[in-house]
Amino acid sequence: MTSAPAGTAPVVTSGLTKQFRRQIAVDRIDLEVPGGAVYGFLGPNGSGKTTTIRMLLGLISPTAGAISLLGTPMPAAARSVLRRVGSLVEGPAFHPYLSGRANLARLDAADRFSDPRTSRVRIDTALDRVGLLAAAEKRYRAYSLGMRQRLAIANSLLMPRDLLVLDEPTNGLDPQGTREVRHLIEELARDGATVLVSTHLLAEVEQICSHVGVMYEGKLVAQGPLSELRAGSAQTVRVDTDRTDDAARVLNELGLRDIAISAGYVTAALGEVAVEKIVPNLVNACVPVLGFAVLQPSLEDVFVSLTGEGFDVNG
Amino acid sequence: MSTAELAVVASRPRARLSTRFLRSELKIIFGRRRNIAGLAVLAAVPVILAIAVRVSSPGQGDGPDFITAIAGNGLFVAFAALALELPLFLPLAVSAISGDSVAGEANLGTLRYLLAIPAGRTRILVIKYAAIVIFAVVATMVVATVGTIMGLALFGGGEMTLLSGTQTSLADGVWRLALTTLYLAAQFSALGAIGLFISTLTEQPIGATIAVVLVNVMMFILNSISQLDWLHPWLLTHWWTAFGDLLRDPIATESIQRGLITALIYAGTFWLAAWARLATKDISS
Repeated sequence: MTSAPAGTAPVVTSGLTKQFRRQIAVDRIDLEVPGGAVYGFLGPNGSGKTTTIRMLLGLISPTAGAISLLGTPMPAAARSVLRRVGSLVEGPAFHPYLSGRANLARLDAADRFSDPRTSRVRIDTALDRVGLLAAAEKRYRAYSLGMRQRLAIANSLLMPRDLLVLDEPTNGLDPQGTREVRHLIEELARDGATVLVSTHLLAEVEQICSHVGVMYEGKLVAQGPLSELRAGSAQTVRVDTDRTDDAARVLNELGLRDIAISAGYVTAALGEVAVEKIVPNLVNACVPVLGFAVLQPSLEDVFVSLTGEGFDVNG
Repeated sequence: MSTAELAVVASRPRARLSTRFLRSELKIIFGRRRNIAGLAVLAAVPVILAIAVRVSSPGQGDGPDFITAIAGNGLFVAFAALALELPLFLPLAVSAISGDSVAGEANLGTLRYLLAIPAGRTRILVIKYAAIVIFAVVATMVVATVGTIMGLALFGGGEMTLLSGTQTSLADGVWRLALTTLYLAAQFSALGAIGLFISTLTEQPIGATIAVVLVNVMMFILNSISQLDWLHPWLLTHWWTAFGDLLRDPIATESIQRGLITALIYAGTFWLAAWARLATKDISS
């Protein structure tokens, strides 16, 4: 992968590295989040996603490498650029004895650029957007995990943002809450914001993301539009037949690999073989073809092919 | 509401000079039940003191000068209460607030959200320290004010006999009490800078508070070891009792001045240390 020149995409890193004592948490990653994308930042827990996000937001300083956020270098331009970035980092964190609304007012008060006259309207709009307006006066400590997560998302919406960096936004949400957050992200992207959403849930990425970056053990092992990433991975063909052994022999002669015989069907990795040649060859060999399909790899297959391991390696 | 609509409601991108952040900080400090309870304890001392002296028969105490002087003039309740709370209660209150200042936010995780706004690391330290100073002034004033009210109510005012033996008016006495309050608040603010610095070292607010109290007590201990008298002028707490000089006629300014300069040096040094620490710290809480 090659990194674009700084300033073109909302998020660009080159050779970004973070070392904690002896452990390299993030290893020379070249992230590129194109404008308007919903970029799924994917990887198991402990793969370096959150460390990367903390570096993007200037919370921790990189050991090596460079970051450009909305076309300006970080952390040098933190003051001017971060106010255009809404963020949720490693779960919600608020003052427990303040209400949801008071917590947002506190954060809004700490913002040099926010207008006190519109504070109330902006806070209530943000609370309404995440469905928390009814619970606005409740103390944060009385909030459920899902409500806390929503409040953190509301915080990222207090100001108009060009970029949203959301670390595990659906953590702790029930299926209904997860759907709502997905819709919210889609809505934000429609309004023109670029969204970087980190997650360890593959299903989430498949549903909302246009682009994907896959982290594994501190390295960015793949990155690109979701469709390209899928296409780059091995496609599988499946032949339904009652003469599985003959079908397997024909597929082998054609050059397909990883042939697996099951009851009633045969699967094989397509490789470089032209799809349209398969069925005529089977028919010529008198193999009855009862069904034929080219299977798109699931994101999980893509992940396994990239890392050689199952997805939930570290839980 | 779309982002475009929200943009109309939201401010133009221009930094504002505003006290909102400081007011929000003060709201958090004074809105916390724990802190209000702490102030109530500080206020209880002059109340207990005044009542205890009132109900005991006058003229029999051989306590400190201030306490025997109370029967003569109620204003001395305030001075006596400040003297009694000087070694532990007032420093403890300031230690709790300053130890919590940064470590408390780190502990809750709210520090990362403040930084992501971005509130600015230096700005956070300026606001946090301003709030600590205000708290120190308020805490000292609570003791002085409650002491004055209780003293004047139970013993009355009138002419006041200073430590140097001369008589002065009640108004002059109140003026000297105000100076005393500000002098001590300045001393506690310097302790608060130590607290602010320690608070940037840890994510455990209680640990930070205990450390500040230890530093405070250690300075008192060192100050009591006469073999270390070369060190004494450098200790912050060495100058705290100098507030008695404000009750002489004329006011002896030498120790007061040294005390204020010492406090200023402590405050500046430790604020800068806090800044050096937080400005480069990785926020991983």
